[in-house]
Amino acid sequence: MPRPVTPFLWFLFSAGGTVAALLFPIHLLLTGLAFPLGWLPAPSYEFLRALVQHPLTRLYLFVFISLPLFHWAHRFRYTLYDGLQLKHLTELIAVLCYGAALVGSAMAAYTLWNFA
Amino acid sequence: MSAEPHYTLYHPRWYRRRVSVWWWLQNRSYAGFVLREITSVFVAFFAVVYLWQLRALAQGPEAYAHFLARLKTPGFLALNGVAFLFVLFHAVTWFNLAPKAMVVRLSGKRVPDWIIAGLNYVAWLALSGAVAWILLPG
Repeated sequence: MPRPVTPFLWFLFSAGGTVAALLFPIHLLLTGLAFPLGWLPAPSYEFLRALVQHPLTRLYLFVFISLPLFHWAHRFRYTLYDGLQLKHLTELIAVLCYGAALVGSAMAAYTLWNFA
Repeated sequence: MSAEPHYTLYHPRWYRRRVSVWWWLQNRSYAGFVLREITSVFVAFFAVVYLWQLRALAQGPEAYAHFLARLKTPGFLALNGVAFLFVLFHAVTWFNLAPKAMVVRLSGKRVPDWIIAGLNYVAWLALSGAVAWILLPG
């Protein structure tokens, strides 16, 4: 990694980690477990659509999806280096990890921008 | 017989012990470190699930019903259960490390670690309550 980029990537890692820590447990508990298992009544399709149409919700969802993906990219990169001892593949791993986070963020931005 | 050892003038071959790929299983704190690193995989997994939900919402009621049906399959429920535990582990370790990453000084004195960690937990509770309040009907 060129040196001036590193602090920026670290900022994305840290911001994404905070978003994931504060917001992922409740969303995962509701969307992933409580709603599918019928523990709690799930919001309707119409309600969620109306919610996503609000600009603030779109901003929230973009931050919610994009930053944690960059958090993953940064952390997983070092997991591969240290855990699996793949230090010799540095460039390839960095391109794949940050590239995947970029693609996911672009898809989120595109979907949110065109949400009618 | 054995070949001549390959010496170069400025780059000698150092003695390095081979480390097993499973080095982190030898010690509890190493295992905790690697588990914490692995939480990122589940963070990414759930970000992708949310992107998938968003796209289903954009595509229409049938796509959204299909998404909901997929989430009800045993495979996804099990995966989400495991992901929830890992995300919870990420949250707790993240908040407990926050005082180390963020040193706050008020009138020259360092704010104690427990106050900074505590504020993170309070924010966590408040935001979780707000999300539940918005998403739960009635």
